[in-house]
Amino acid sequence: MPGPPRPSRILSDRTTREKGGKRVGLRSHPLPIDMLLRLEGITKRFGSLVANDHIDLEIEKGEIHALLGENGAGKSTLMNILYGLYTPDEGRIFWKGNEVKIRNPRHAIDLGIGMVHQHFMLVPVFTVAENITLGKEVAKHHILDMQEARRQVRELSNRFGLEVDPDDKIESISVGLQQRVEILKALYRGAELLILDEPTAVLTPQEVEELGKIMKRLVAEGHTIIIITHKLKEVLHLADRVTVIRRGKKITTLPAAGQSEDDLARLMVGREVTLKVDKQPAQPGDVVLEVEHLHAKNDRGVPAVRDVSFKVRAGEIVGIAGVDGNGQSELVGCLTGLRRPTAGRVRVNGQDVTGQSPRRIRDAGVGHIPEDRQRRGLVLNFTVAENAALGNHNAFARWGVLSYQRMVEAAKKIIGEFDVRPPRHDYLARSLSGGNQQKVIVGREILRNPKLMIAVQPTRGLDVGAIEFIHRNLVAERDAGRAVLLVSLELDEIMNLADRILVMYKGQVVAEVAAHEATEENLGLLMMGGGTGA
Amino acid sequence: MEWLRDGVRAVAVPVLATLVGLLVGIVCIVIAGKDPVLAAKAFYRAVAGEPRMFGNVLVSTTPLIFTGLAVAFAYRAGLFNIGVEGQYLMAQIATVVAGVYWTPPAGLAWLHPIVALAAGALAGAIWGGLVGILKAWKGIHEVINSIMLNWIALFTCDWLLKYYLRPDNSRASTYDLQPTAWLKQGLIEGSRLHTGIFVALATVVVVWFILFKTPLGYEIRAVGFSSGAAEYGGISVARALILTMAISGAIAGLAGSVQTMGLNHRFNETSALVGYGFDGIAVALVGRLHPVGVVLAALLFGALDASSGLMQAMAGVPKSVVSIVQAAVIFFVAAEGLWSFLQKRRTKKEVTTA
Amino acid sequence: MTVGFVTILTTFIVATLRATTPLLLAALGGVYSERSGVVNIALEGIMLTGAWGAAYFSYISGNAWIGLLGAIAIGVLIAALHAVASIKYHADQVVSGTAINLLAAGFTEFMLNRVWGQAGGSPQVASLPSIGGLNLSIYLAFGLAAVSWFVLYRTPWGLRLRAVGEHPLAADTLGINVYKMRYAGVLLSGVFGGLAGASLSIGLLSRFVDGMSAGKGFIALAAMIFGNWNPIGAVGATLLFGASTSLSTIFQLMGIQNIPTQFFNMIPYVLTMLILAGFVGKSVAPAADGVPYKKTT
Repeated sequence: MPGPPRPSRILSDRTTREKGGKRVGLRSHPLPIDMLLRLEGITKRFGSLVANDHIDLEIEKGEIHALLGENGAGKSTLMNILYGLYTPDEGRIFWKGNEVKIRNPRHAIDLGIGMVHQHFMLVPVFTVAENITLGKEVAKHHILDMQEARRQVRELSNRFGLEVDPDDKIESISVGLQQRVEILKALYRGAELLILDEPTAVLTPQEVEELGKIMKRLVAEGHTIIIITHKLKEVLHLADRVTVIRRGKKITTLPAAGQSEDDLARLMVGREVTLKVDKQPAQPGDVVLEVEHLHAKNDRGVPAVRDVSFKVRAGEIVGIAGVDGNGQSELVGCLTGLRRPTAGRVRVNGQDVTGQSPRRIRDAGVGHIPEDRQRRGLVLNFTVAENAALGNHNAFARWGVLSYQRMVEAAKKIIGEFDVRPPRHDYLARSLSGGNQQKVIVGREILRNPKLMIAVQPTRGLDVGAIEFIHRNLVAERDAGRAVLLVSLELDEIMNLADRILVMYKGQVVAEVAAHEATEENLGLLMMGGGTGA
Repeated sequence: MEWLRDGVRAVAVPVLATLVGLLVGIVCIVIAGKDPVLAAKAFYRAVAGEPRMFGNVLVSTTPLIFTGLAVAFAYRAGLFNIGVEGQYLMAQIATVVAGVYWTPPAGLAWLHPIVALAAGALAGAIWGGLVGILKAWKGIHEVINSIMLNWIALFTCDWLLKYYLRPDNSRASTYDLQPTAWLKQGLIEGSRLHTGIFVALATVVVVWFILFKTPLGYEIRAVGFSSGAAEYGGISVARALILTMAISGAIAGLAGSVQTMGLNHRFNETSALVGYGFDGIAVALVGRLHPVGVVLAALLFGALDASSGLMQAMAGVPKSVVSIVQAAVIFFVAAEGLWSFLQKRRTKKEVTTA
Repeated sequence: MTVGFVTILTTFIVATLRATTPLLLAALGGVYSERSGVVNIALEGIMLTGAWGAAYFSYISGNAWIGLLGAIAIGVLIAALHAVASIKYHADQVVSGTAINLLAAGFTEFMLNRVWGQAGGSPQVASLPSIGGLNLSIYLAFGLAAVSWFVLYRTPWGLRLRAVGEHPLAADTLGINVYKMRYAGVLLSGVFGGLAGASLSIGLLSRFVDGMSAGKGFIALAAMIFGNWNPIGAVGATLLFGASTSLSTIFQLMGIQNIPTQFFNMIPYVLTMLILAGFVGKSVAPAADGVPYKKTT
């Protein structure tokens, strides 16, 4: 849009401000505020997909600004443009009042923009200090000075309360600590504006509190923060203002105070959204899955499942809650044949399937919606029809000859009943969107009528419509008398769907909570090892 | 007409790569100070001049069909079988043993070629399967082991030849195969074309069938695309890898058997790897890993091979030019990004090589 | 007999060092390339063309040093082919490498004919000097190994190279040019491959022989894996392989006659397989090795 750039000091549209730790109304005349960043008409296309559609955004200095939108709405794309990973097709960026063209991350870093990505950009085999200083190493005459680097890291770490050990290797520290390293990385480079992409995806409620405190401290030291999120609670908890993005367009910018989750959800999705699934109380029947004193090691040979025992009955949904890395993946591996337990027993409908292959376990009546839909659930380079046969391809053969026709029929059934789009069985799975890929997997597993359905992170990365669809189907399975084991890192999902909730911490089931007694607080505490037991 | 467009797109890359490769060859000919037009004439004469010339083209094509199939088959599982050379040699020795030391009972002479072929296939399967086992069990990259086994095969065959399989030191080759183990020659008057070509074509059908019409083929292709998904789907990745290398090795072995049984009827001393295996890589890639494509590509490279003699005689073009052309073709087929302007974003059931 | 023993020992050590040198140089080249994330199977071909190049340039100039430079130049040129195909055009790196090996074989045979008009090998050419009975190339190899270790683990450039091979996206987001680093890694492997070839034709011998690399490039790769992609590890591994090739000379010296020569020829290759089978569990490749980096802009 033509015209001179607006002056950097403008009037704020805040209606409240902080005073003595509480939110109070503004006086009659608004205070002048510093405009740190302004995006004008940013547009980015990928082929025929318009990821960002003429988005305007204003970020004030010293604020915590949330960018809210569903998965796939375009928020990450927008921030990647800001960080120089993408170049916009149209639009302008104004940094501290001056127009800039951010060509690459180095440029963004030089300007003072730092980004903490959703999937951490850390080299696992390097140390904390090496990761933090990579690209801006501490060196004398081209020789690395790691002593000084360590000192600088410690200094930064103390200043912001982000405790880390510079000599730890990334692959051996927790996710929460890795996040601190990422933040330190940005601070080390002098970032004034910090962009946090889905920062709480891997944290417990208590850790989210911690993060909130760290963010306040950063703001107090003069930094500005943008958080990208699809979680309504985070927005209300952490942000001063929120901008809603839907299908590539900016919908509105509001102050966070005074909003409700329902209001925000409606803005985010564009229609009324039922955040809670309508379900009848469970009618549990016979025991379908019996896990007894199970032990297993992780890929590094460290015990990850330590004496786990539980049961799942027909007609109920049992949810396993816990922070990532507390043994859930390894437990699921044992239940689906992808990992051998070191001790203990697993029984499906009375049949002992301990340590059996995935094929035997599937034959025993177990369906598996895997954590990683692209690397486990589907062969991306196979067609939808060929993927429909994944898991029991032998059943599609007669006299040793495979029938493609029968695969096509199976695919058509899945496509029809689970509304897979585009409805083409001859398309490669790789060309479907994440939501549709997941529908193929869910449809395939459900249509095999398993007695036990194990669903792991079934709605990760999906938009609200797909999430609702899959949740409805899981409840339907339960009502049809199947046993469902739901493993998820999203507490909301577990609390929404499960009839009984098991909390895993450090490889053990530390608590069992009935759905109606579960709250975020008590579950969160249990997930951190607090509360009773542990 | 979508299928026509897809068909064109499928062959576009190999055709273009071949043209560029031939261009490179022409450049080499010019550098060598020879006349490319004369070379082209020699090429034409060698291929289409008379029926017997074409017969010889088919003779050159036969082993390439086998080695191309062997490489293509392994590639479907994500394995790069560069050990075809070694599998070929071991099979030749096995065929010699079966052809020299075993005599079929009276009236069952027709068994001999079958037994000899089977011996070769078995030897190749073991030599290839070993690589598969080491990969499945220990995760060692098949390229290094295959190459090691190529050299080990070379020395082993040399040792067996010199210490056990020849009458005395005066010969540089083994005993002759008994006539009952020979593949009949003379399908085309005056050429050395032998019935091995039919064995080759039969193998093409069998390979196609295995890959696309059997559960094993489904498993192999799944493992090649995504071993994680295959494991999830109940497929034993280890079994698929081992079987693939064994089958691939068997096909490579048949190449060696057929050559011995159809042409020389003995194993000649050799100090270097024969080269059909490396040619097979070119054939597999240019043929886009599809059995039919492999046959066509084998014809192309067979024609190049068969004409190299005449090109040298008539136009003075050294044989090494053919190797250079082949390398260039592989190179340009492999550099897929180069052809990305041709690539369709979409969805058809098309196989990519890499 | 002590005298006999000392002679045998010295012969063994010298033979081992000589056999190790081309392997070590090539293995170092492999380390640079793979540490940056590009699999370089073309080392064999680079070595072969480097050997030819060294002989050729030494021949036309009468000076072995020109030959050395020529080998490096040719090595870089061939490596550039692999680099462009793999990095810019996302070719399957194993296939591209194999194509280059075939090209090298054909090219050197072609040029052998063109330049010297004879198959088999070139005539005598000027070779690199020896110091204390050991050829210069031997000192070069071990010296460069030490330098390489220092560069990779003690300099910012080395840290970045390794980052690019482990997690190119992370490096990219920090402003490191992944493509440039990878080109550097591959071109360096061209330098070292060329040096390895030169050590063969104008270091340890004084002529180029058709096919003289004879699989050494692949043994060097195995040594690189066995040495855990580390220059010092490569020294240990290549010494082991070098020792195995000199065994046949030793056995003959010791008067053991009845083992067929073919078995001696086989030893390095069998040893490679055994070692890989026994040790791979402990070797960890750079995480992004062999995976083309596709920038999404």
